Amino acid sequence: MDVLFEPFQLAFLRHALIVCTVAGALCGLLGVFVTLRGMSYIGHGLSHAIFGGAALCAALSVNYVVGAGLWGLGSALAIGRVTRRRIIGSDAAIGVITTASFAFGIALLGMYSRVRQSIEATVFGSVLGVSAGDVWLVIGVALLTAVVVIGAYRKLLFTTFDPEVADVSGVNTARVDALLMLLLSFAILASMKVLGVTMIAAAIVVPAVIARMLTNSFATMLWMSSLIGGLCGLIGMYLSYHLDVSSGATIVLVGFLAFTVVFAATGRASVARTRALRA
Amino acid sequence: MSEDRSAAEARGDQRTVTGRDDEASALLSLEGVSHTYGEHAVLLDVDLDVHTGDVLGIVGPSGSGKTTLLRILLGALTPTTGRYERRPNLRAGYVPQVETVNWQFPVTVAEVVLMARTTGRRWPWPSAAERREVAEVLDRLGIGTLGHRHIRELSGGQQQRVFIARALLGRPDVLFLDEPTSGVDVRTRHEVLHLLADLHDDGLAIVLSTHDLNGIAAHLPKLLCLNVTVAGIGHPRDVLTPEILERVYGAPMDVLEHAGMPLVIDRAEGTVLDMRRRA
Repeated sequence: MDVLFEPFQLAFLRHALIVCTVAGALCGLLGVFVTLRGMSYIGHGLSHAIFGGAALCAALSVNYVVGAGLWGLGSALAIGRVTRRRIIGSDAAIGVITTASFAFGIALLGMYSRVRQSIEATVFGSVLGVSAGDVWLVIGVALLTAVVVIGAYRKLLFTTFDPEVADVSGVNTARVDALLMLLLSFAILASMKVLGVTMIAAAIVVPAVIARMLTNSFATMLWMSSLIGGLCGLIGMYLSYHLDVSSGATIVLVGFLAFTVVFAATGRASVARTRALRA
Repeated sequence: MSEDRSAAEARGDQRTVTGRDDEASALLSLEGVSHTYGEHAVLLDVDLDVHTGDVLGIVGPSGSGKTTLLRILLGALTPTTGRYERRPNLRAGYVPQVETVNWQFPVTVAEVVLMARTTGRRWPWPSAAERREVAEVLDRLGIGTLGHRHIRELSGGQQQRVFIARALLGRPDVLFLDEPTSGVDVRTRHEVLHLLADLHDDGLAIVLSTHDLNGIAAHLPKLLCLNVTVAGIGHPRDVLTPEILERVYGAPMDVLEHAGMPLVIDRAEGTVLDMRRRA
């Protein structure tokens, strides 16, 4: 029995459990907007972009949160700006901007050995060294996101469903898009340490896809996706300790298992519903 | 006189046709309006007034500037040159083409209608007064029992009514519809015509764009025939003439009279096989 409660007795693992649960819920919440806007690729892209910023911060010995945060924000706004010009699609914009940033990080990795040590954990996700500061960071970002989503719910819904009509109806869609990108880059920054650059996209997309298979209501999809993301984070982190596998990988595998079960249980109706989710 | 106007006159375009009458009482007024995208002019020298109780159809081939004109009238696009005026505090409603709607999006009928209320209330859920208003507008359009249904579960006519309901919730003085019968069957087209007649009886000004010359345009009291410049404006009998249609569409057409209304016939004769034999 003691083995089951072991993770709760170690301070850094308690921190990791809280961070994974809150980060899972946060990614699940934002994942609803990301998937319904056809920008599933952006989680993957932004985490790679932030990796470049994290590598630069490590090389210059600058605060990771501030440096990588600003870098991620800059990348998110650049993607949004390129996409709005409609000359190239959002997937191509993400591909160009974020891959360049990731390549920059890789180059730094080769040049500085001290960068290599701190960055490897960022790529695959690690619970070692999760501090009380990391816990407060993810809780702060989650609270900020919840407040913004509740306060701007109607504008976010209108802009996600029908951006053209929202625009002519007086909604500042450019501002709403920028706000969403800002929240997303904060969420990725706060979650990257435990989820890892390579796994974070799945943590954003999978809960939203599962929720879409279960409901036809936008409001229900929002809380359901957050709940599924939080549970995947909690269970995945718990299994990560017992199986001695990286936290990001177990969280994503738990999500994939939940997806498979819901997909099998809900059948064709769920497949039809997920047509709203575009890559 | 603008350079665009000079260029139009140099090409021999006639600018004797205007849609300006009693300017003082107009809800919306355009004078010498032109719009260009880069070097490409999509609208040249348009004069038009829209009054309370007007029902105006804008017809023309693809790329003729119909959507651009609609967006300028709506105030969503600032014309490159010319004067645009709207009555102070004018409320405009916009109904997009149903073909552009993502029907798989997780949203109910009531949620779509409520999108018209993006300002004022901060909370995501509707107030009692808002719920009552949504119920009233849905009842008015004959879909009062469908508020909780997903938008995909409705017939073509009901789907069109949902988006008209959303526009009406903003209590507009003028309603704009972009191709309201595009991609719908004959029954739905009849439903839309009856609905427009009802809305007109309620004192609403209506401006719509359409490709459907016989099914919609011929039934309206006033038409504007457009191909970058205004080729004709007035009663369908005066606008749907072989001369104007050939000039605008670049193809020969005959116009018959049926039940007191013009009936446009494409002059292409015989089947595809006959055409091939003649060639």
